[in-house]
Amino acid sequence: MGRTFSEKILSEKSGTSARTGDIVMAKPDFVMSHDNSYAIAGHFKKIGLPRVKIPEKIVIILDHVVPASTVEYAENHKFIREFVREQGIESFNDINRGICHQVFVEEGFALPGALLLGSDSHTTTYGALGAFSSGIGRTEMASIWATGELWMKVPPTIKIIIEGKLPEGVYAKDIALHIIGDIGADGATYKAVEFTGSVVEGFTIASRMVLSNMAAEMGAKVGYVQADEKTLEYLKGRAKKEFNVVKSDLDAEYERVIEFDISNLVPQVAAPHTVDNVKPITELEGIKFNQGLIGTCTNGRVEDLEVAAKILRGKKVHSDVRLLVFPASWKIYIEALKKGIIETLAEAGAVIMNAGCGPCLGAHEGVIASGERAISTSNRNFKGRMGSREAEIYLASPATVAASVLEGKLTDPRKYL
Amino acid sequence: MKGKVYKCGDNINTDVIFPGRYTYKNLTEEKMASHAMEDLDPEFSKKISKGDIIFAGKNFGMGSSREQAVLAIKYAGISAIVAKSFARIYFRNAINSGLPAIESPEAVDAVKNGDEVEIDLRKGVIKTPNGDFKFPPFPDKVREILDAGGLIPYVKRNIYSP
Repeated sequence: MGRTFSEKILSEKSGTSARTGDIVMAKPDFVMSHDNSYAIAGHFKKIGLPRVKIPEKIVIILDHVVPASTVEYAENHKFIREFVREQGIESFNDINRGICHQVFVEEGFALPGALLLGSDSHTTTYGALGAFSSGIGRTEMASIWATGELWMKVPPTIKIIIEGKLPEGVYAKDIALHIIGDIGADGATYKAVEFTGSVVEGFTIASRMVLSNMAAEMGAKVGYVQADEKTLEYLKGRAKKEFNVVKSDLDAEYERVIEFDISNLVPQVAAPHTVDNVKPITELEGIKFNQGLIGTCTNGRVEDLEVAAKILRGKKVHSDVRLLVFPASWKIYIEALKKGIIETLAEAGAVIMNAGCGPCLGAHEGVIASGERAISTSNRNFKGRMGSREAEIYLASPATVAASVLEGKLTDPRKYL
Repeated sequence: MKGKVYKCGDNINTDVIFPGRYTYKNLTEEKMASHAMEDLDPEFSKKISKGDIIFAGKNFGMGSSREQAVLAIKYAGISAIVAKSFARIYFRNAINSGLPAIESPEAVDAVKNGDEVEIDLRKGVIKTPNGDFKFPPFPDKVREILDAGGLIPYVKRNIYSP
């Protein structure tokens, strides 16, 4: 019987021959933490060790509240800057780099066949490059800093095959929402998901990252896409170290295989207050809202900003609504600037923000008030996520958000393409 | 470990294991123990004795990531949980808090409330009045985490006596 990518990667990183369900002690290639490095460092200090064991594997990226919005956040950031200096952690990314999940990939830490762990639930994003990549807790991260290893349970793997011809106006985000609506927010709990099929193969790395990012919203531990020529091309001159592509065997045992044909899919929207409350845009058109958001670790890449600019070019954001744009990283910001995308969006009336998490998790930079509605390209629409608990959040693709801010109500983007 | 069976059903969530109304209070271990499983069975902490073992259905510990849902049970005297399956974060929290969490659907089906059972973590066997059931034994290092009482105590112990 063949082995899944999960079995192979966790075997290699633990020096065992692990099968699904086995528990192994594994050594990650890189570990990622963001502003919560402050709390992790607190746990680490309680262990009582003077130095982290693996400074070369620790990647810290400030993104959640950047620049600091309160003195408390400023103190946390200050503490982290001092901590990385004192510990010799070189892969520190200050407030001028962008969202952790984008920066980690851009900087070449996300590698095929690697074991990557991050203290953030959307660490699944790095699976888009063929890694086994999973979110863990803060005490777990502190113990990795101290020992360089963590126990892992080899998860069962679900294969999701995406076939068909991608219709106009339908993007990776619509497909991810459609899958979550179908299998549920707990449809892949504690499982690894492997995305495959001709649609995934045709996707850019950026679009694959959308699927892997949203895998977290299916409850998945990992959202893997097998590395191919595109992956290798992307990693040229970028990969932080050597790597080996790891693929599932053809006769590997999957817990479940689900196939989606997306040829007739229409743009999808997750309605309040759960990500699996998914409906076609055609059922929600006309709903009024107050704020649109394009950006986040899900949909803040150049191709996302580009499609929004295409829809908004020469037009104006409706006077009843406001639009915030957060490029996912400063590299993306600069590329979008050079391509004229930022100019187009700004002329349309968008408020262009700095690369970072923004109001996605309700901390700052555009939180919403009671009774307000937002439509966002982010990945969570839980009550209170983006500000007031009395507000509502709809999740959609950048095209759907762009079309909606033009009309001031939820709008099918296909008529603008 | 040896103890009596306390049996419960599928999808036992973290709110009935340790109600949300207590999560942001600083409670002593004793107080936490007294609220364990309160919204499922208010008499839970009185019914069980030290060493007893929970046998549960599918998806035990679904819901929030609160670590108290493991600690309350542990402080109440439960020595292990056997379930048909666990919610992911609950499973990790249990091991990281030094409470063995074992998946064995067969053993859960075989036992009833009050049965005397024994678990050998090293060999991976659950001995019940209705037969023995095997499970993949924990690797040495994970058993050391359990023996140490959790992940952080284990790391501390290992660092000072490598």
